Amino acid sequence: MKKKMTTVAFNGTAEQLAKLDELIAKHKGEKGALMPILQGAQGIYGYLPIEVQKHIALSMDVPLSEVYGVATFYSQFILNPKGEYAVAVCLGTACYVKGAGLLMDKLESLLGIKNGEISDDRKFSLDATRCIGACGLAPVLTVNEEVYGRLTPDMIKGILDKYNK
Amino acid sequence: MIKNVAELTAIRDTYANKIHFRKHDAGAEVSDGNIKKHVLICGGTGCTSSKSVQIKAKMEEAIKEAGIQDEVQVVLTGCFGLCALGPIVIVYPEGTFYSRIEIKDAETIVKEHLVGGNPVKSLLYSETVKGDEILSLNETAFYKKQKRVALRNCGVVDPECINEYIGTNGYMALAKVVTEMTPDEVINTILESGIRGRGGGGFPTGRKWMFAAAQPKGQKYVVCNGDEGDPGAFMDRSILEGDPHALIEAMTIAGYAIGANQGYVYVRAEYPIAVNRLQAAIDAARREGLLGKNIFGTDFEFDMQIRLGAGAFVCGEETALLTSIEGNRGEPRPRPPFPAVKGLFGKPTIINNVETYANIPQIILKGADWFKSMGTEKSKGTKVFALGGKITNTGLVEIPMGTTLREVVEEIGGGIPNGKKFKAAQTGGPSGGCIPASKYDVEIDYDNLIAQGSMMGSGGLIVMDEDTCMVDLAKFFLEFTVDESCGKCAPCRIGTVRLLEILTKITEGNGEMEDLDKLEELANYIKSASLCGLGQTAPNPVLSTLANFRDEYIAHIVDKKCPAGVCKNLFTYKIDLDKCMGCGLCAKQCPADAISRTDYVAEGHKLASMQIDASKCVKCGACLPSCKKFNAIYKG
Ligand SMILES: Cc1cc2nc3c(=O)[nH]c(=O)nc-3n(C[C@H](O)[C@H](O)[C@H](O)COP(=O)(O)O)c2cc1C
Ligand code: SF4
Ligand code: SF4
Ligand code: FES
Ligand code: FES
Repeated sequence: MKKKMTTVAFNGTAEQLAKLDELIAKHKGEKGALMPILQGAQGIYGYLPIEVQKHIALSMDVPLSEVYGVATFYSQFILNPKGEYAVAVCLGTACYVKGAGLLMDKLESLLGIKNGEISDDRKFSLDATRCIGACGLAPVLTVNEEVYGRLTPDMIKGILDKYNK
Repeated sequence: MIKNVAELTAIRDTYANKIHFRKHDAGAEVSDGNIKKHVLICGGTGCTSSKSVQIKAKMEEAIKEAGIQDEVQVVLTGCFGLCALGPIVIVYPEGTFYSRIEIKDAETIVKEHLVGGNPVKSLLYSETVKGDEILSLNETAFYKKQKRVALRNCGVVDPECINEYIGTNGYMALAKVVTEMTPDEVINTILESGIRGRGGGGFPTGRKWMFAAAQPKGQKYVVCNGDEGDPGAFMDRSILEGDPHALIEAMTIAGYAIGANQGYVYVRAEYPIAVNRLQAAIDAARREGLLGKNIFGTDFEFDMQIRLGAGAFVCGEETALLTSIEGNRGEPRPRPPFPAVKGLFGKPTIINNVETYANIPQIILKGADWFKSMGTEKSKGTKVFALGGKITNTGLVEIPMGTTLREVVEEIGGGIPNGKKFKAAQTGGPSGGCIPASKYDVEIDYDNLIAQGSMMGSGGLIVMDEDTCMVDLAKFFLEFTVDESCGKCAPCRIGTVRLLEILTKITEGNGEMEDLDKLEELANYIKSASLCGLGQTAPNPVLSTLANFRDEYIAHIVDKKCPAGVCKNLFTYKIDLDKCMGCGLCAKQCPADAISRTDYVAEGHKLASMQIDASKCVKCGACLPSCKKFNAIYKG
């Protein structure tokens, strides 16, 4: 998926940084170390802010472009923090054909954020995913681990209300 | 620890009974000791999403309460195929088929069916209820025309129990191979069967194995491609979830055939259930000595590992996949050298798709002639498809090659819902193309689909009805390939973006007729100049929709209309003043205050009709369902 850099301010802690340095020290010099370091860093921060990528690049003595290149290549890596409730709409073919695009439109208008963004209070984030294997329930969306299927746009509000309390 | 074939056979004989119990055609005389009923609950991704795991827990609780825990075995299986009806519960030996079960139904089924002996009719799949008679699932239209080879154990065995797999003759093929056959004989059987790769390319599997086997002795690898990049498909995932041992057995057989002792399975990290079950299966196989050293007491050894993909479509391309396993940005490498000569870590490697492997043990046990007896002249065997889109029976189906598209959609798939008409089916995902209604009777096999400008692909089959806009669909796939192009070569990286720009222009109503020629020219250029299969096939959705639905493109360009009512710039919502009853329900739904009352009262109506102010309407579509009853709102 296309990745945009986040507009959310970075607020990493010293503790997180210490963990990151430890992680880098452990893998430094290994062949193909970048992947596990990025995976680990995402585990520490929940996403890969550009500040963290810069730190990794400097510590490993590789160009930032290489770090950024791998981070943006694989969809597992996310450059935006997730909200308390991470809403993800499946835009796999089966769901798209059954109107998942309309679900996305509805979510964008109700949440006031676009695909790939997070709300100011960090409560909701909105993303698109690809087939989650539940095509039988298409179109589907997930909120954190919970799966909602056989949806129509008019059901979106009710779902969000559950989390808006 | 299974040390020899005799021990394997003993387990097989014990557990075969259990498996027979779950085969309706085995007849009622099959017994399983004290156990009177098997309750199979689907643990595929679809049904898990609708809480099948919680249903299982509730069921077990109720069974305990009823005190029948010694008479009932509850099994969490892989996907049954009919995901549209999930969560699914099947009770054997009757084979009664419960659909769309909710947690609260668990108790009812236990009380009335398991204890009382009366199936709960109201919860059964309606197709299986014929008056007083209850049919088993094998008698439904969905299952009748299928031929399950790769999926034979999905929805039948407990994927986390190696003994159940052995009960289906599991690991018998491996036993036969290592104790009775030479590597050449194995390869010849595979060659002779005519099986072609199920991952998309359709390359003869036996030939691939032969090339790798012919390389000088030394380190070689067996790799399984479980990347499943098609964004609307879940066949490989279902096999991994439902029958992981079949893959392990097949890869071990491949290792024996080409002289490799190490395997890698590349699976998406996004498939947690598949990854966990496969890992559990690998561990179990190791414990039983079916992986590791001295398999069946011979000096053949083989072991395997899972490698997690981090999610990139291009990593499904075989050379990119190998680069990714090596720990790099997964970019394709030029071929030749082919992986069979210089593959993983520079060593001879065979790489096959999950479904390809799932067929191998059966071919070894039942023989090449059996396999060849299914399918068409140049495409042998069966193919699994993930049916999706505008079709009643969304799910997984396995059909003999040569089955027509019409049979798959109308008979097995149960047709198009809501009385709509079939418009086209897309196969091959973003690399494939569409097959229009005029080619509904095409016999599905590798070559016929290519002749239609599409391809078999890995098995995604998306059905579209009159409400799908083909230009929008082409744009949807192009957006996908633009995102997924690895960027290594310019024709793909830049060309697909240009294609998408032109398509966007057309769907927004700014297209010109000469854009169609530009699309074609550019598409053909990208096809011929890209390095890997991603770029070489990326323009296919554009070319095939252009070839089959040119009039739809023209409607967008010349009439500035989207006939399917999808492209937002090219239609407006309108209210038919004479149909409108003036109830005003639609206006309540409208977030934009675009709906107001006119002073026109249609003949015979009491209230004045409503109207939509096109300048205010944001085309959210919210008003449409509110007028289901009178059908006065339409797109035009
Ligand atoms: C862009 C691209 C994506 C692919 N994705 C997959 C995939 O997801 N799964 C797969 O098995 N093969 C995929 N393939 C095909 C593989 O390159 C390769 O042909 C296949 O894994 C070989 O196995 P088979 O002969 O058993 O089909 C893809 C090819 C290309 C060009
Ligand atoms: S064709 Fe596309 S995906 Fe393939 S190597 Fe070129 S840029 Fe990468
Ligand atoms: S489509 Fe949406 S904005 Fe337009 S009239 Fe209907 S409800 Fe209002
Ligand atoms: S396409 Fe959405 S779940 Fe498969
Ligand atoms: S996931 Fe349950 S039937 Fe497919």
